[in-house]
Amino acid sequence: MIRIITSNFIRFVLLVFIQVFLLKNIGYYNLSVPFLYILFILLLPFETPNWLLFLLSFLIGLTVDSFYDTLGVNAAACTVLALVRVIFINLTVQRLSFEIEPEPKLGIMGFRWFFFYAIILTAVHHTILFVIEDFSFNDFKYTLIRIILSSLFTVFLMLVAEFIFYRQKER
Amino acid sequence: MRNLLIFISKYNAFFFFVFFFAMSLILVFKNNSFQRASTLNSSNLLIGQAYERYNTLQKYLRLAQVSDSLAAENARLRSQLKNSFYQNKAEERMVNDTTTLQQYTYLVAQVVNNSIHQKNNSITIDKGRSHGILPGMGVICSSGIVGIVDNVSTHYATIKSLLHQDTRISARITETQAFGSLVWGQEDYNPRIATLKDIPNHVDVKRGHHIVTSGYSALFPAGIAIGRVRDTRKKTGEISSDIKVILSTDFSTLAYVYVVKSNFSAEKQALELETEEADD
Repeated sequence: MIRIITSNFIRFVLLVFIQVFLLKNIGYYNLSVPFLYILFILLLPFETPNWLLFLLSFLIGLTVDSFYDTLGVNAAACTVLALVRVIFINLTVQRLSFEIEPEPKLGIMGFRWFFFYAIILTAVHHTILFVIEDFSFNDFKYTLIRIILSSLFTVFLMLVAEFIFYRQKER
Repeated sequence: MRNLLIFISKYNAFFFFVFFFAMSLILVFKNNSFQRASTLNSSNLLIGQAYERYNTLQKYLRLAQVSDSLAAENARLRSQLKNSFYQNKAEERMVNDTTTLQQYTYLVAQVVNNSIHQKNNSITIDKGRSHGILPGMGVICSSGIVGIVDNVSTHYATIKSLLHQDTRISARITETQAFGSLVWGQEDYNPRIATLKDIPNHVDVKRGHHIVTSGYSALFPAGIAIGRVRDTRKKTGEISSDIKVILSTDFSTLAYVYVVKSNFSAEKQALELETEEADD
């Protein structure tokens, strides 16, 4: 239990650090902007109670927002992300099958499941994020291109990160 | 109550979502001026559109009132236009020469009403009693005769047009000096054709002969053009017959006319009346 809290805490700090000091400066002409920090929400253990999940999502969104000077935007997107995460896991994972390994990791859940999990959640998060950020449907095509390219970039970074910390399923 | 709590706890994810999402949206709108401004703008836009719709409806309901006021304004503006003022200026030319006495003077008048398609046509001009026009005066235009003044008011006069069944004008054929009286509307109502009555059959009338005023009536000076003979007439056994005349005046395009004032007509009429009385 302590181990899980510690590792998640470290992950929180590390991801926010990478996001605000490294990835904030990376981007393809503002078209493709990676938001890797949502990996923290994706990797929270299955058993996290909903209130904690939403609270942590809100907090990490707020933290990133305070560095990005867009107070509330990332928090809103992360709240939506948390809801989609709850729905997605409810639909795809049987409760009783993961007593041993409680975290939705690539090494545990398999590439296929994790890939869809990451793609769908990232797409939702980025959609909400960019729509709230632009806050108009005037140039929706541009926003749509931003959403798609940014999602691809973020998912790519997530997969890279997951492969770096790849751990084969322990049986 | 218990059921409600069960419901809330069963779908707690959704309620957490609503709570946190609302919080973050509040943060967004409280702290980001762009989003706040655009929300206010869009709500203003919405309200503005609603007001606009309402105004359109109201405008439609007030349409009668608005059109009335516009018509009143139009009338007011129209009354200020130059052509709505009456031309109270009469032009009369007179030559003073002691070797000749001026018998006729001419007064320019503008046609303000005209008709040619009726049985008895009349013309209204914009000069009246105040300009010295009296009933019975002759009216001519640049191309021929027009008619005889019928009624006169202070500023207007009506003319019994040549195209009137009661109009009779003494006319003469220039080439032969034969004279008769010119009438219109005997058989047809063509505004270009009149009839010259009672020309003796021994007079040789040819097509194209000129018809002019005779000067007998003192309404018109002698020699004012009336028209031309339309057909060379056939010989018949009668003593006299009628001649069709193509009028030189185009009554359909009449714009300016001259009213003929005869300075000696009163004298002449008085003398003729005296003679008739003496004969009786």
